[in-house]
Amino acid sequence: MSETKVISGSIAIAEAAKQCKPKVLPMFPITPSTLIPEKLSEMVANGELDSKIIYVESEHSAISALYGVYGTGVRGFTATASQGLALMHEILPIISGARFPAVMAVANRTISGPLNIWNDHSDTMSERDQGWIQLYCEDNQEAYDTILMAYKIAENLEIQLPVMVCIDGFYLTHSYEPVKIEDQKKVDEFLPEYKPEHYLDTKHPKTFGPIAFPNVFMEFRKQQEDAMQDAVQIIQKINDEFEKKFGRRYGDGLIEGIELKDAEYALLCTGSVLGTARETLKDLRAKGKKVGLIKLKAVRPLPVEELKKLTSKLKGLGVIDKHASLGFGGALTNDIKAALAGEKVKVTGFIAGLGGRDINKARIQQAYETIIKGEEGCWLR
Amino acid sequence: MAILGIEEKEFFASGHRSCAGCGEALALRHILKTCGEKTIVVQATGCMEVVSSAYPETAWELPWIHCAFENASAVASGVRAALETKGDKETNILTLGGDGASFDIGLGSLSGALERGTKFLYICTDNEAYMNTGIQRSGATFPYANTTTTPDGKIIHGKSEPKKPLPFIVAAHGARYVATASVMNLFDLKKKVQKALAVNGPTFITVFVPCIPGWKIETNATIDVAKKAFETNVYPLYEIEEGVLKINQKPDEKKPVEEYLKMQGRFKHITPEIAAKIQKYVDDRMEFLESVDGKKIFDPIL
Repeated sequence: MSETKVISGSIAIAEAAKQCKPKVLPMFPITPSTLIPEKLSEMVANGELDSKIIYVESEHSAISALYGVYGTGVRGFTATASQGLALMHEILPIISGARFPAVMAVANRTISGPLNIWNDHSDTMSERDQGWIQLYCEDNQEAYDTILMAYKIAENLEIQLPVMVCIDGFYLTHSYEPVKIEDQKKVDEFLPEYKPEHYLDTKHPKTFGPIAFPNVFMEFRKQQEDAMQDAVQIIQKINDEFEKKFGRRYGDGLIEGIELKDAEYALLCTGSVLGTARETLKDLRAKGKKVGLIKLKAVRPLPVEELKKLTSKLKGLGVIDKHASLGFGGALTNDIKAALAGEKVKVTGFIAGLGGRDINKARIQQAYETIIKGEEGCWLR
Repeated sequence: MAILGIEEKEFFASGHRSCAGCGEALALRHILKTCGEKTIVVQATGCMEVVSSAYPETAWELPWIHCAFENASAVASGVRAALETKGDKETNILTLGGDGASFDIGLGSLSGALERGTKFLYICTDNEAYMNTGIQRSGATFPYANTTTTPDGKIIHGKSEPKKPLPFIVAAHGARYVATASVMNLFDLKKKVQKALAVNGPTFITVFVPCIPGWKIETNATIDVAKKAFETNVYPLYEIEEGVLKINQKPDEKKPVEEYLKMQGRFKHITPEIAAKIQKYVDDRMEFLESVDGKKIFDPIL
């Protein structure tokens, strides 16, 4: 039986993870992801979730244990944020290189220096080169849904890459929205049991995690890149399957155009800021402004072809960017500019929301007004 | 067919790339023989990982997994939990690291795995420096040893600090079986591995393994140097079982440490003055060990 509950994004993630039946959960708490391991611990203690929790002593050990779990052919799950993700940095490409279909939730929180526990995308955006598929969520329902899709995407035999499901710290992790928890039988039909071909087995000894010299190493990376590119179509298909099964879809699975039919200008956003952006969009369109919105769900693989299609009639595109690549401006902005190089649309970036600075309607409106004037973007402070 | 109790079946194929005379490779072969077929090996980055796993070849005839330098214990925790969810309580997990991985960078993850009571046998092959990266000092480096980061210079003469007492650190966590072993006595090593595998919890053995290029010794000197380390009390052999320390073997005749030092290029700079300091260091450590021999000095909580 499906059930709609008013829950936080953290609980939504925990509920979804539970339904995907991971067998081992290496967990280490860090604000604002703590509610996820806490909820999962409660579920295990109550016998609702048949999993082993490993209370590791650091995030580096959490992701390392997860590597060991997948190495043994078993589905796992973990969650982290900010410094925790940064501490995991070394191991992220190792999991991708091993082609383990790990799934991890990240509660987006800024990377320190100074210390700050509030939201921006500097943690996950700093890891976008490491061979993990990155999917961002606008609200708690999407958080729940994306976890279900993440396992199916990761474990697809044409992909076999790990997936990071990103939800904005505090905005989604700690705020309550109605979320439909689907019937377990339907989830099982959507996501079958994990039965990998290769795992540590004394009956069939195999070597995992070798050293690869220069004459063979590049082929591993090329295969990962090819898998990332193949993933675009597969994520689209899984998004279609999700809609068939559960009645919800997220654009084409990677990107969505909102009110673009007659739009001359649009903002591109990722994550929870879309809620505010949609409201601002409504206000501006009510005033007759020809503006639209693009929701980017997948930062990796970046859906270049669809992005080009969606922006083909635009004069200007502004990127709401929650990570500054210090020394060269907005990280997402530069990715989008590169994707649209040679296209007609003028792309500019707005650094916003760093360290939990609110991106309110006034700031979004300022961004729209700037691109309508054809001016360069700025830091929205 | 076992010869003198040593099983014939190999789990570490020849053709790997270790140096001629490598003490670590020799010890590893024998550890694997004792562990047997129902074993998964979790390995930290280091010489053995690098010499044995050059894609697309492998020397491993057991299931083997390597991840990074400091996290073999955490990976092993994941493997053990996953095996348990499959209903497998039989398979041994052998977690391997050099002194770099175990004494230093991996100490945190080792501590965590011990605290959680992860059922594995952790073996640290101790050649007293970060050998894989070119002989830099580690917390296990013997005092006054010449390494590339503790060279003998005009003002400083080799490594200044004492050797970190890792076996005691592990025993203090409450592990029920901890031991020191040496490549120069493979029968003693085999017995210790067997004892460790029989414990339902985390266990730990350091194995003394001379390194040819690191210690600047001849390729055929491995066993002799290890024997001399034992005879001079530089590397005593003991077990800590259920918290009780027992020196399990003593040299018939204790030799002066100079005999050990003069066998190795890494100590060629040692003057009689420094040799006296080293003798005192060795004697003090042995005096401490003898003072607790037969006593319960740790609480075996795991």
